[in-house]
Amino acid sequence: MPAVDEILAGKDICICAGSGGVGKTTTSAAIAAGMAARGKKVCVLTIDPAKRLADSLGLRELGNEAKRVDPALFEAQGVEIEGELWAMMLDAKATFDELVARQAPDEESRDRVLENRIYQQISNALAGSQEYMAMEKLFELHTEDRFDLLVLDTPPSRNALDFLDAPRRLTQFIEGRSLRVFMKPTGLAARVAGRGATVALGVLKRIVGFDLLADLAEFFNAFSGMVDGFQARAKRVNSLLADPHTCFLVVCGPQGEPISEAVYFHRKLVEAKLPFGGVIVNKVHYPAEELRGDDAGADLEGALASRLAQGDGAGMGPAAASDLAGRVAENFADYQALAERDARNIEHLAAELRTSATIRVPYLDEDVHDLAGLAEINRYLFASAEQREAIAAGRA
Amino acid sequence: MPTRFSSRLPELLGIDRIPELLDKRLVFVTGKGGVGKTTVAVALGLRAAAEGKRTIVCEVAAQENASRLFTHAEVGFHEVELEENLWAISIDPDESMREYVLLQLKVRAMRDLLFRSKIFSYLAAATPGLKELVTIGKIWELAQLDRKVKKGRKYDLVIVDAPATGHGIGFLQTPKTFANIARVGPVHSQAQQLDRLIKDHDHTGTAIVALPEEMPVNESATLERELRSEVGVAVDRVYLNGLYPERFSAEECERLARLAAGENGAVRAAARAAVSEHERARSQRAQLSRLRRRVEAPVRTLPFVFEPELGVECARELAGRLH
Repeated sequence: MPAVDEILAGKDICICAGSGGVGKTTTSAAIAAGMAARGKKVCVLTIDPAKRLADSLGLRELGNEAKRVDPALFEAQGVEIEGELWAMMLDAKATFDELVARQAPDEESRDRVLENRIYQQISNALAGSQEYMAMEKLFELHTEDRFDLLVLDTPPSRNALDFLDAPRRLTQFIEGRSLRVFMKPTGLAARVAGRGATVALGVLKRIVGFDLLADLAEFFNAFSGMVDGFQARAKRVNSLLADPHTCFLVVCGPQGEPISEAVYFHRKLVEAKLPFGGVIVNKVHYPAEELRGDDAGADLEGALASRLAQGDGAGMGPAAASDLAGRVAENFADYQALAERDARNIEHLAAELRTSATIRVPYLDEDVHDLAGLAEINRYLFASAEQREAIAAGRA
Repeated sequence: MPTRFSSRLPELLGIDRIPELLDKRLVFVTGKGGVGKTTVAVALGLRAAAEGKRTIVCEVAAQENASRLFTHAEVGFHEVELEENLWAISIDPDESMREYVLLQLKVRAMRDLLFRSKIFSYLAAATPGLKELVTIGKIWELAQLDRKVKKGRKYDLVIVDAPATGHGIGFLQTPKTFANIARVGPVHSQAQQLDRLIKDHDHTGTAIVALPEEMPVNESATLERELRSEVGVAVDRVYLNGLYPERFSAEECERLARLAAGENGAVRAAARAAVSEHERARSQRAQLSRLRRRVEAPVRTLPFVFEPELGVECARELAGRLH
């Protein structure tokens, strides 16, 4: 079980991926902070519209430009930052606009695209555009070479896979080849495609309305000069993702469903030949390791009641002690059941992924939403195997 | 929306119903990922069914979370009866699109032509928001008393397990967006019709599901504001899910902490687990107060279910606790 800093040795991009609600944003921030504490100049990127990263880094707001997190904030938590921690929140629309401006052959084509209503919709809303722009920004920052490490918190997709699929879907849309051909029903292509296509277009017009089709045609025409540029860039972005200096970390929770998603996502990573680094399981209920080989478990309630009744001169009455002992034992049984479920699920996960790089972060008493919380998480993310076992056993 | 006296009446009379929410025709259950939207949607469905309402629970996109809760039923793009008064459907956008075209085009030859043509599948896959639009269109169709599909069952209530926050706002905004993209024609007028349905506070509502943690609470407050102001949909409930019970008093907790310090083995582990539970329950109560201060809709709590795997029994248990 390596620690995050071992997994990320020699890497300059770390992509945290996983389904929604598993603590990706917090994990990304914690990894970035931990690597900064170890001397790296790190930038963490999020696209989360809910501004969670800003919250947890004590920044009032994040913009499309990287901002440095005040080292004094970490010092106040007793964490010394040897490197630098920067953060930015990706504005997908602004990034898309910049990309169009860069790819457009002239100002007129740029404005035609920016003013097109279809473009305005996709740059904001098209599923996949956020994901694609996240990769685009990552690529841009990587090319600028300002940071030692970039940590990307992937967008909160319903399905982690959306992220991998995004560039393909978006470039396919922008290419719009099949549609552009049919947009000119008198053209050669349409004659080749046959009369059926023309009739199909006519039927379609009746359903969706001519305006929509006209706008789409205008959109593809406006984009036509940039398609090659977009394709070339998408190719470079893809090869950056597949680079051995890039590392995908899969983030998940210990329940059955997030675990299945993680297994599925890992398989897709492998299929796409993308570099998998390890898996981080958040909010794990640790079993009390002390219980192994301990026979006090047999009559826990009785043992608790007698200890509570003893006290050092402050013992409880037998009835009160027995009542409290009953509730403590019941609570413990519930907790153990969850811990056993988590252990089973994680064992299944490790077997499916054939990896020893499974980092468990326990379910902490306080939920994590600030720098102190990140420091607490980093005790687990950056702990050596022995330290983690010690923590799990309640000895640390 | 001002509370009408009539809808408060059943509560005042002590009748165990959920006014304002289950009396509507269409309810979207929304919230960030991983908060238990599906479980709450199913629990609401079970509850409404128990109240005698013919109810259908819909999940959108091709993830069959809801059907996992009801393992005996294979839920797909068809209405499956789960139990008395309760049905489920998984709304697949491609199937919805097909159905929509079938309802639009009466001539079979034209449909076949369209479905075979590349341009159709391309447009269906690529037009921004079209998948969401036809999904909401199908939801609208389910909520009609005069169903468009042949021999369609009439439902009193349609409950939608909506996409997670971020995508959730976009999802409900799709009809408005689309009405703007397609300025004229059938799609334009149908998108407008769907938008009116979403904004109809008498018949359509939302329930936000939240968790008792700092950031989920912040996000729920933001979500509520956006649903009200940007989408214009009614927000009727915020369900705070997964609330730990308060099993120990502060004084008991201190005693248990002292006990844990001087012990080993199971006694120590059990005492520590109790202290943890107490701490979490306490911090969750603080989040509950924050949530109540920050949202306008009534906040209701749902207990944490200590079950290793959340199944239909869990939803059933929650159904009885909904209010």
